[in-house]
Amino acid sequence: MVHVSEFDKIYNDAQRQGRISFYMTSRGEEAASVGSAAALQPSDMVLPQYRELGVFFWRGMTMAEIANQLCANALDRAHGRQLPLHTGSAERNIIYVKSTLGTQCPHAAGVAYSLKQGGGERVAICYLGEGTSSEGDFPSGLNIAAVHGCPVVFFCRNNGYAISTSSSDQYAGDGVAPRGPAYGLPTIRIDGNDLLAVVAATQRARAIAIEQRRPVLVEAMTYRIGAHSTSDDDSAYRNPHAPEQGWDSERAYWEARSPIIRFGRYLQSLGWWSPQMEEDLRKATRKQVIKSLNDASAAPKPNNAYLFSDVYDEPSWLQRDQEAALNAHLDKYPEHYPAVVR
Amino acid sequence: MLSSLPRRAARQLRGVAAPSLRGAARPLSTAPSDAPEEEPETKKLTMVAAINDALRIALKTDESAVVFGEDVAFGGVFRCTMGLRDEFGEERVLNMPINEQGLVGFGIGLAAVGSTAIAEVQFADYIFPAMDQICNEAAKFRYRSGAEFDCGGLTIRAPAQAVGHGGHYHSQSPEAYFAHTPGLKVVYPRDAYTAKGLLLSCIRDRNPCLFFEPKILYRSSVCDVPTGDYMLPLGEAEVLSPGEHITCVAWGAQVHTMARACERAAAEGVSCEVIDLQTIAPWDMHTIRDSVQKTGRLLVTHEAPLTAGFGAEVAAAIQDACFDHLEAPIARVCGADTPFPLAFEKLYLPDELKIYDAIMRTVQY
Repeated sequence: MVHVSEFDKIYNDAQRQGRISFYMTSRGEEAASVGSAAALQPSDMVLPQYRELGVFFWRGMTMAEIANQLCANALDRAHGRQLPLHTGSAERNIIYVKSTLGTQCPHAAGVAYSLKQGGGERVAICYLGEGTSSEGDFPSGLNIAAVHGCPVVFFCRNNGYAISTSSSDQYAGDGVAPRGPAYGLPTIRIDGNDLLAVVAATQRARAIAIEQRRPVLVEAMTYRIGAHSTSDDDSAYRNPHAPEQGWDSERAYWEARSPIIRFGRYLQSLGWWSPQMEEDLRKATRKQVIKSLNDASAAPKPNNAYLFSDVYDEPSWLQRDQEAALNAHLDKYPEHYPAVVR
Repeated sequence: MLSSLPRRAARQLRGVAAPSLRGAARPLSTAPSDAPEEEPETKKLTMVAAINDALRIALKTDESAVVFGEDVAFGGVFRCTMGLRDEFGEERVLNMPINEQGLVGFGIGLAAVGSTAIAEVQFADYIFPAMDQICNEAAKFRYRSGAEFDCGGLTIRAPAQAVGHGGHYHSQSPEAYFAHTPGLKVVYPRDAYTAKGLLLSCIRDRNPCLFFEPKILYRSSVCDVPTGDYMLPLGEAEVLSPGEHITCVAWGAQVHTMARACERAAAEGVSCEVIDLQTIAPWDMHTIRDSVQKTGRLLVTHEAPLTAGFGAEVAAAIQDACFDHLEAPIARVCGADTPFPLAFEKLYLPDELKIYDAIMRTVQY
């Protein structure tokens, strides 16, 4: 969680400095991604939304790998084609992030159905936020997964905001959890800022998915402390009022309940952790993060041949002709395209 | 009518003219090049039976293949999946809730982890809820992951085109929407023989494919279909009849309408080169270009509305590739820019006479 937190700080600032094009932090929600990832097996398939940096780290993706993707450099395995944080890894069973909301829900049903047919004890975990639960693909995925007994854990991070829209404008009912039983899914709502609760609930959900061959819904109640992304100013929409007296603002209330603070206190109560240890860890992590940014920024940009590959398994005449035409154009006007790598 | 055409062409035209399809033998020259030299065993099949046959072969030859869609368990509303559940079990032939975005998404998930996903969308008119899944997900799955993942094992079958009484929502030809999204293959068979061979190619192709079945041909197209396993190449148009004066291009059921118009023109001494485009995306520009460089004229016809129909792409690309060869403006004979109307279907459609008239105007230009 500290890795995620420090990574977020440096890269959010890097976007402000113009070093990367875009960023989205996980601030306040670190337990949801880290805890759920910790409860799974490495062979389980992950279908992320886009605020699951903690899952990437837990599965062993390195800071350098993620930094290369954030900087859209030549070392990014997807050749810089996607927005920052839209990454994945076949090796770690993480399907790539995309910006579309909720499309991963029916995918998760299909992935899990295939895993079930394969006979192994593997599940799919499908992440989403409470905003995404309003997309048609969410009930579509829940329903198909339930009807066909697909071992999926649908994991909803209810963080209170979908860009600027608070959950009160997202649904009139009692959040996302009630939709689980409506579609026939065992469902649990948990405190998403309690790391141990997230781990325990996800472990149990995984066990049910495998033993009973059915999907499970987990709604983790949390709070998005940061803006949606580097493209919005959350001061324009964030509720200024704290849910309880004694706090300056809604955000201050939740910052005090950050999963890092809470889990840190728990570890301290056991005598396993101290503020000094956290500070040391943060310092060391920050160094690593800054190194990843500097290294990734220094790497070359992707070759422009990757503009045309991977559209199909083999390029059609359209991609081949258009690539040749583009290259002829670049030959004719090289001074206008200085950054192009060929 | 066909007396002025070479014999091979006459045979092929009979093969595509719906009213005279029964008993027409497919020329073996169109069999796949890797087929054995001896004549393969054939059987007279409707297009429904040929598609059913292709699905059976796909399920038999690929243990990971799953067939799913609305009402497919009992055989499908057009009966294309008849008997498959009994033969292959309920785990591999699945009914889906009435939810096109969900069932297409389910197929993408299956294919993303290596299964072969064969989806049926009950009518092409109902594919639009799945537009996001098809265009933003299936089409980009490989590209966005640097080819670490793909959903090439996905094929979406959907009955399309006019049927005589389909109205707004059982008649449309949505190919142009999907041809506009790189990463998808879009395919139309014209008869039972091409349906089986092209469908098996789509199922085994490593790219997501949309396979639009002209529903009017389901039972009216009967021809000799090899009983075995065969594939026809994607991305290749087929010249059904060589001609000198004008190149005529269509796909799906419209090939038959166009072929009849060409017969009518042949009676007037106009020799038409009849081409079935077969794959709309990525389309075979080179075959059309070579033909137009010979004939100097082009007509494209499709049931979908004129504006931004795939005929517009064909016309634009061919005027660019063949500008110096063209003797007349490229003619497009297409559906009207209106919703598909029940009472006015005959008026809406680019029928034989409209095509004939455009052929004559183009050659007399």
